[in-house]
Amino acid sequence: MLKILKYSFYDLMRSRWSYVYFLFYLALGFVLLFLNNDVSKAVITLMNIIIVLVPLIGTIFGVMYYYNSKEFTELLLAQPIKRSSIFLGQYFGVAGSLTLSLVLGLGIPFVLYGLLRSDAIFDFSMLLLIGAFLTLIFTALSFNIALSNENKIKGFGYAVLLWLFLAVVYDGLFLMSLILFEEYPLDNFSLFATMLNPIDLSRTLILLKLDISALLGYTGAVFKSFFGTSLGLFISFLMLTLWTVIPVLRLIFKSRKKDF
Amino acid sequence: MAKTITVCNHCDITSIKEAISLAADFDTLLIKKGTYKEYNILIDKPLTIKGEQYPVVDGEKKGEIIRVASDHVTIDGLFVINVGVSYTSDYAAIRVVKSENFVIQNVVLEKLFFGIYLEKSSNGKVYHNKIIGEAKDEYNSGNGIQLWYSKNIEVDRNIVQGTRDGIYLEFSDNITINNNTSTNNLRYGLHFMFSNHDVYTNNTFENNGAGVAVMFSKHIKMYNNTFRKNWGTAAYGMLLKEINDAEIKGNTFEENTIGINIEGSNRINYHNNHFIQNGWAIKVLGACYTNSFKNNNFLYNSFDISYNSKLNDNTFSSNYWSGYTGYDLNKDGVGDVPYRPVKLFSYIVNRTPETIVLLRSLFMDVIDFSEKVSPVFTPDNLLDDAPLMKKIE
Repeated sequence: MLKILKYSFYDLMRSRWSYVYFLFYLALGFVLLFLNNDVSKAVITLMNIIIVLVPLIGTIFGVMYYYNSKEFTELLLAQPIKRSSIFLGQYFGVAGSLTLSLVLGLGIPFVLYGLLRSDAIFDFSMLLLIGAFLTLIFTALSFNIALSNENKIKGFGYAVLLWLFLAVVYDGLFLMSLILFEEYPLDNFSLFATMLNPIDLSRTLILLKLDISALLGYTGAVFKSFFGTSLGLFISFLMLTLWTVIPVLRLIFKSRKKDF
Repeated sequence: MAKTITVCNHCDITSIKEAISLAADFDTLLIKKGTYKEYNILIDKPLTIKGEQYPVVDGEKKGEIIRVASDHVTIDGLFVINVGVSYTSDYAAIRVVKSENFVIQNVVLEKLFFGIYLEKSSNGKVYHNKIIGEAKDEYNSGNGIQLWYSKNIEVDRNIVQGTRDGIYLEFSDNITINNNTSTNNLRYGLHFMFSNHDVYTNNTFENNGAGVAVMFSKHIKMYNNTFRKNWGTAAYGMLLKEINDAEIKGNTFEENTIGINIEGSNRINYHNNHFIQNGWAIKVLGACYTNSFKNNNFLYNSFDISYNSKLNDNTFSSNYWSGYTGYDLNKDGVGDVPYRPVKLFSYIVNRTPETIVLLRSLFMDVIDFSEKVSPVFTPDNLLDDAPLMKKIE
């Protein structure tokens, strides 16, 4: 598995896309910090970008990589290698290189602009950790979709749809249900609904760390009393881990049974 | 002829009470540096009490410390500490009762319940005092400067911090409040109740429960004040409730959770104010008619205006909005497309407060955009039809 991971990783490192992705975040980091020199304010803007863009890129990249390397995968399958190590190797290769691009691309400008000396370091590392989780989650989901769909167009379609659902449509449904049931106490419901979607969960986790949480009023106070405790934080990260582990497990099972 | 009586710890006269009883009208008491453990000091004749190098008057938490019950009294340069705390009477460090033409200046008050309490007094001056409280709970703390049924008083250059309300006015008309700094108070920096025709200018209100609360008052003028960092789940820069015919001009509201919270207030002119990085710049809660918002800067607020009804009778014109994305083809400095300051999201949040958890979600940006293009839910006449392209200096 490690060999395949290494191969996939270096393959991606050599390809232009990893650099483009890395350079994009590098440029983003520098521009943000150049425009407002305040590290903690840049973290807020960055959050908006990370919770939308990281899942999208993870999804597209995962699907693209799977379909692109399909012939090579079939070649590997003919060798006496365990199937799970082939697919896991590829998955971790893609997710690893994306995470590395994200962490380095954003980390370098922030460190250069004096992150280590500012109070925002905790918020920022939280942001990167969540970015890494989102990459892992969405790459795993997209690998699952690609594995289940031979048709590339269909696979791409489903992948984009999945992103659209979790990033936009879910919030729409969430909002509708909040308005429909406004007569009822909704704090626990909204807490629950937030926990179920990794993008919402990430957004909430970061928002509550920032000053802006005062805007959330009463509901925010309920959220804070949950996410602020170590138990709440533990449960949130458990949810993110589950979101990563379950698709990966499905990937292993599916690949074992699949007829290539 | 008026004479000067000197009080010091090893003079003939060692207590302030004794000096007052010996003094004739219009005498001056000169209090030398030292500590005077006295309370319930009654000043019942026109005297000037002057401290030299801030003598300490220590009330030992036994009750009220100084009471003025005569016209033409001046208190200058004392350091008054340890006012008694009571749940039945409002003990004050300095209380002025039914007196005129008094001056309280350069006084420092610490460890207090109420600071300076003016009761049915008029034509006085409270100048350059420093009041430092240690208020922790609202129920057992008092106000820094309190005016009750008082008229024509000038409150100038005071520093008030850590009390319940920094400055509190009740049934007090024609009061001028200038150049004060009111910070870290539990409740309000400045609080008006049933007080009319008052003016406050150039004051700074920072980090209070709410900067200024103006309630049930008429004809208040608020010019060039700064409201900063009144930040928290129930904090406001300014809270207006049942206010009519007021003028709010040239003020700066910066980093407050809610810049101005308006309820039942009519005929108010909001001109040349700056709203910078507030959660809500202005939150209108209903029953507000004929207000005019003109030449204000709205810079980087999470929500510029929040409105809870579809009816609008207020006018917005010639403001600068940092969220404005229109263009100006004829280069006259006025945008050609009207700006709609109420976002759909703020409308929804008003209806169902729990929806605020979707703050900064992509979905909200999408529906805000569609609402901006074709308004359905927000009042369609609530718009600035002449938004400025450059911010007002």
